[in-house]
Formats: sequence, structure tokens, C-alpha cells
Amino acid sequence: MNKNIDNKYVNLYINTLELLQDGAADFVNQARSEAIESFTILGIPDKKVEKYKYTNLKSAFEQDYETYFAPKTVNFQPVDIFKCNVPDLDTYKIYTLNGFYYGDKKLKNKNGIIWGSFAEASRKYPELVRQYYNKYADNANDGVTALNTAFAQDGVFIYFPKNAALEKPIQIINLLINSEDTFIQYRNLFVFDENAQAKVLICDHTLSAAKFLSNCVSEMAVGQLANVELVRMQNEHNRAVHVSSDYVVQQSQSVVNGHTITLHGGLVRNNINVRLEGEHCENHTYGLSLTDKKQHIDNYTFIDHVVPNCRSNELFKSVIDEQSVGVFNGRILVRQDAQKTQAFQQNNNLLLSYEAKMCTKPQLEIYADDVKCTHGATVGQLNEEALFYMRSRGIGEKEARMLQLFGFVYDVLQKLNLEILRERVADLVNKRLRGELTRCEGCDIQC
Amino acid sequence: MLIYLFVYLIFQINNSTNSQNKHSMLQIKNLQASIEGKEILKGINLDIKAGEIHAIMGPNGSGKSTLASVLAGRERYEVTGGEVIFEGKNLLEMSPEERSRAGIFMSFQYPVEIPGVSNVNFMKAAVNEHRKYNGLEPLSASEFLKMMREKMALVEIDPKLTSRSVNEGFSGGEKKRNEIFQMAMLDPKLAILDETDSGLDIDALRIVANGVNKLKTPENSIIVITHYQRLLDYITPDRVHVLYNGRIIKSAGKELALELEEKGYDWLKSM
Repeated sequence: MNKNIDNKYVNLYINTLELLQDGAADFVNQARSEAIESFTILGIPDKKVEKYKYTNLKSAFEQDYETYFAPKTVNFQPVDIFKCNVPDLDTYKIYTLNGFYYGDKKLKNKNGIIWGSFAEASRKYPELVRQYYNKYADNANDGVTALNTAFAQDGVFIYFPKNAALEKPIQIINLLINSEDTFIQYRNLFVFDENAQAKVLICDHTLSAAKFLSNCVSEMAVGQLANVELVRMQNEHNRAVHVSSDYVVQQSQSVVNGHTITLHGGLVRNNINVRLEGEHCENHTYGLSLTDKKQHIDNYTFIDHVVPNCRSNELFKSVIDEQSVGVFNGRILVRQDAQKTQAFQQNNNLLLSYEAKMCTKPQLEIYADDVKCTHGATVGQLNEEALFYMRSRGIGEKEARMLQLFGFVYDVLQKLNLEILRERVADLVNKRLRGELTRCEGCDIQC
Repeated sequence: MLIYLFVYLIFQINNSTNSQNKHSMLQIKNLQASIEGKEILKGINLDIKAGEIHAIMGPNGSGKSTLASVLAGRERYEVTGGEVIFEGKNLLEMSPEERSRAGIFMSFQYPVEIPGVSNVNFMKAAVNEHRKYNGLEPLSASEFLKMMREKMALVEIDPKLTSRSVNEGFSGGEKKRNEIFQMAMLDPKLAILDETDSGLDIDALRIVANGVNKLKTPENSIIVITHYQRLLDYITPDRVHVLYNGRIIKSAGKELALELEEKGYDWLKSM
């Protein structure tokens, strides 16, 4: 395979190392050299790498992009031109602009709960950040993650100390805006200590028509008894390529509800890695993607049951229209010691056109002998009989299709624990299915 | 039996006073239809006046459900000849939703389960489409819920079923009651009950039939399609037609149903 693409990024690293290291914490810089070595071996995964079999990242990385290594000054307030399409949501909002924390660098602090710029946090709280940073990201096996670790400069840091709780969600709004095609890498670190209660909402948006390639890695340490609700809403345009890799590690009796809702995006690859390290953990990973045109959305999940008595539950649905492609690869590993594991996985897909395509692959590896694991995958079309039934009650054909589509995605939305968000997301999904979300408010890109 | 006689008497009175001056609601003329090239209906003629109840009986495979499906507009069936006039309009040119809005309702033999679509949302969409067709504003949430509650009581449906998905996990009886509930919500001019009695125990049958009777007015008409005379103990027809091999081979008053129950269909097949 073409090594030139990989060399391009290695050279970029060598040429910009000084810029990358400038002002960064020592442990962040130390991680770089190891990561670039790993990347040199792994490279950008091609289709021969099993877990990237259905998604060609090479061609996305092959193109030349503008990259920059310090926050760009812009002559406008992103907050002004960006109108959140989940408006008036009562949250603590923070922004990143092209991967750099935007706004007041001073970290927010409420009852010991800290959130804000990752770069700033790693300078101000090096001892705290060092404990967790790069401890979970799988640089040794995933080339894209290794590339991120080599280049990471900023992103968002969240810390909930023991017993801390925040009523309102923290909302991270990632904005992409540039006149040139741009390559962006950013790094999030979320630490939820023992018995913390947290809700985090991440929204990804593009605000200009240029092509964007984003490579985002998020590490999340979830302490024992902690309860975390994590919602990711992806709404980027058709020229955007987004690779998002989550590494979630849960300690005993913790509960994590994760939702990945992909409303829009050109090429999206979500890597959701969950490692259940403590007993009696509960993990729920939900996903919904809606695609049309030539979009390609690939959800890869890896649930690693290390210890006994944990429960994991996955539900992923996609609605695939026109020439778009959906991928779901759900790997569950139940290690030899992980007796009494309960692991469930379900993936349902609806194809709306003859050219739409879905690749789904459950992958269960079970080495313990006393476990309960199930998986199921379906690929189907709208039910003609149900359409006729609705039409025979006076509901027009288009509306009947909408009702059925919405009915199909409904149970994923029902899993959102934040009621206010559930309504808003339902509304957005409804708009998306009706084709009314082809452009976001306040944005002039025709997606 | 007493109730039966009572209902019978009322109908006789109704018939004698009303049927002469009532307008024709549905006229089926020489209707022919086929599915996948196979001819099922071979020339049906039927005239249903406003306020009338017609029963269509016949053995399996005679074309009863095909007739219901063609009237409701199911696209699988191809109409190869004849015409159907509903309230002066050419029914066969209308889409299924237009037929519904114009006042035709078919109770399905096998009501469809629609996962994820709640009964409330389903009915709200349907009722408001009907209102729009009639030039009315959509109902407010509270008006709609009030209407739902009233109509549910009519067919003794557990209000808990409203928030559940349409027909999903419903028992056979609940599904059929849900059909009549929908009929109550949409207040059709012409209801076609396709084997609404099949699979119902005697209590469920009575509830469903009572619901239908409560919805009957001197203006609206009903076509009852059934195998058995049982349902006709509760819903008394003005006319009974026997459909056999795609044609109506005999039409008579309600006493024909009893005769069929006794003798079966064989004596008619040679006709």
C-alpha cells in the first residue's frame, strides 16, 4: 500500500515538532515521540485492517490540507454566527474552534468541578492530567489514534471530583470554519471520579464549505459508582470527514449511557471503545445515523468485558437513503475471567433506496463459560403493509412514510435520559428525515 | 333472542320508513379484479344505499377480502373492468388516503403492527388529515385527548393502549377493538368490516358488535364481510349477499344468513 500518505504525516510531524511542543505539558510531549513511532509502523489504516474493512480512510487522508498549530484569530464571534439547532438548552456551553478551545482560557470551576481548555488544564493541573492522559488511547493498535497523540495540542478537559454532581449538562460545541481545506486534530480528556454525576453533550458542526478532516480522540475515565450521560450529536456537511475515537474505561458499579447521533456528515467513522474494568458496571451504548446522498457513516464499537458481573447493552440504528453507505461493526470481548457477563447487541437498518448499502458485522468473542450474550442484526425496507394501513386511515403517503421512519428510530431516542434533550433531538431527527435539515440555521453552506 | 328480535323490529321500522327515499351511497357495477394475472372478481354488482347494512358471505377463496381490498384501494389488486361510484365520485381513481378522507373505512382482517408509532400519534395524524379535507382546523391536544377517551370507552379499550405502538403486542381481540375504535374516531360514511369477527371469543365479539351498533346512524352504511352468521346475531343486515367464485350468486334479506348457517354453501354453488 501507498506509504507516501503515511510519510506525509511523519514529515509534517518532524517539521512542526517545535510548534507542537511549544507551551505543551512535558507528559503530553513525551507521549508524542512514542505515538509517532507507533504511527510509522501502523500508518493510516487501509481496508486490509480488519476493523477498517468497510471504510477507506486512506483516500481521505491522501488529500492535502492546511494545518495550523496555534489558535487562529478570527474577525468574528463564532457564537454570533453559530445558531445552535438545539437552542435555549440550559447548559454550560463551551466552544472549540477548529480544534482549539475558544474563548476565555481561564478554566471554569464550580464546586471543584473543572472544565475548559485541555492545553490550559495540562499546564495548570499537570499532576491531575498526567494521571489519566494517554492511559487509555490505543496508540499501539490504531494508527489514527496514534496520529492524534503525536499531534494533539488542545481540546476539552473535564474533571468531576469525588461525589461531585452538576445538574446542568456541559455542552461542548465544536465548530469548524476556514476558507481552505483543513486538517484538525484535537484531544479531549474527561475524568469522572468516584460517585460523580455528569452529563456531557458534544455537538459537531461545520460553518464553512471547505473540506475538513477531523481526527478527535476522547479519553474518559469513569470512577467507581460514577454515573455519566454522554451525548454526541454530529451535524457536519457532506465534504467533512470525521474520525472520532472514544476510549471509555469504567470502574466498579459505574454506569455510562452513551449516545452517538449522526444527523449529517460526509464520511464519519466513530470508534467507541469501552473497557469494563470493575465489577457490576453497566454500559449502554446507543447510536443513530441518518444518511443520504453519498454519505458514509461507520460505527465501530468494542466492548471489553474484563471482569465478572458487568452488563453491556448496545442498540444502533440507521436509516440509509440514496447512494449512502452505513456500517456497523460491533465487537464484544468477554474475557476468561468475566463470568456472569451480560452483553446484548442489536443493530437494525432501514434501506430507503435500491442503491443504499449497509454492512453490519456482529463480532462476539467469548472466553468465559457462564455468560449471557445476544446479538441481532437486521437490514430491511419500509413495511408496505403498514404504509397501506396508514394510508387507509387518511394519512398521505409521504406522511405515512415519515411516521414509519420516525417509529423506526423512536426507541433509540427514547433511551436519551435527558428529557429536554430527548424532545429537541426528536425534533431534529424529524426535520432531518423530512429533508429540512439540509442546512443549519445561521449557516450558508448548502450541504 | 329477545334482543335479537328487538333489534330486528327496529330495523324493520327503519327500513320501511327510510329506505325508499335514501340516496345511493355505493354502486358497484360489473367490477372485475385480478391479482398477479389471476382473476378473482368476475363481475360484481352491488348497490348500497345510505343507512343500509349489507352482509357479504361466502366460502373461503370466493373473493370477499379481495372485494374489501379493492374498495379500500390496495394496490396489489388490479381492477380489470367495471366501475365503483361512491357518493357520485369515481372511487377507483382515488388513492387509499383520498378514499379514507372521503368517508370509506376498512376494518382490516389482519390489523398491521407498526412499531414505534403510538396509537395517539397515528390517530392524531389521521383525524387531522380528515379535518383538513373537510376544511376544519386541527384539534387541540386537549380536544383530541377528550375525543380519544370518549371513543375508547365506546369499544371498551384500556386507555393504557393509547401510548403503546399501533397494534404491537395487542391480543387478537384488542386489535379488532382497535379497528372499531379507529372507525369511531374517523366517523366514516361507509365502513367495510372485513372478517372483524374472526378469532374473537364471544365476549370480544359482543363488545366489537356493540361498538359498531353504537356508531350506526340512519345516514351511514356498513358492509359486513364474514364467514359465519354469528356476527349477524348482533349486527343485523338489511341485505345478505353470497359471493362465490368472484360473483354474487344470491341476494336476499337477513334470513338468508340463517339459512346459510344451517345448510352451508353447497346448495347455492350449482346456481
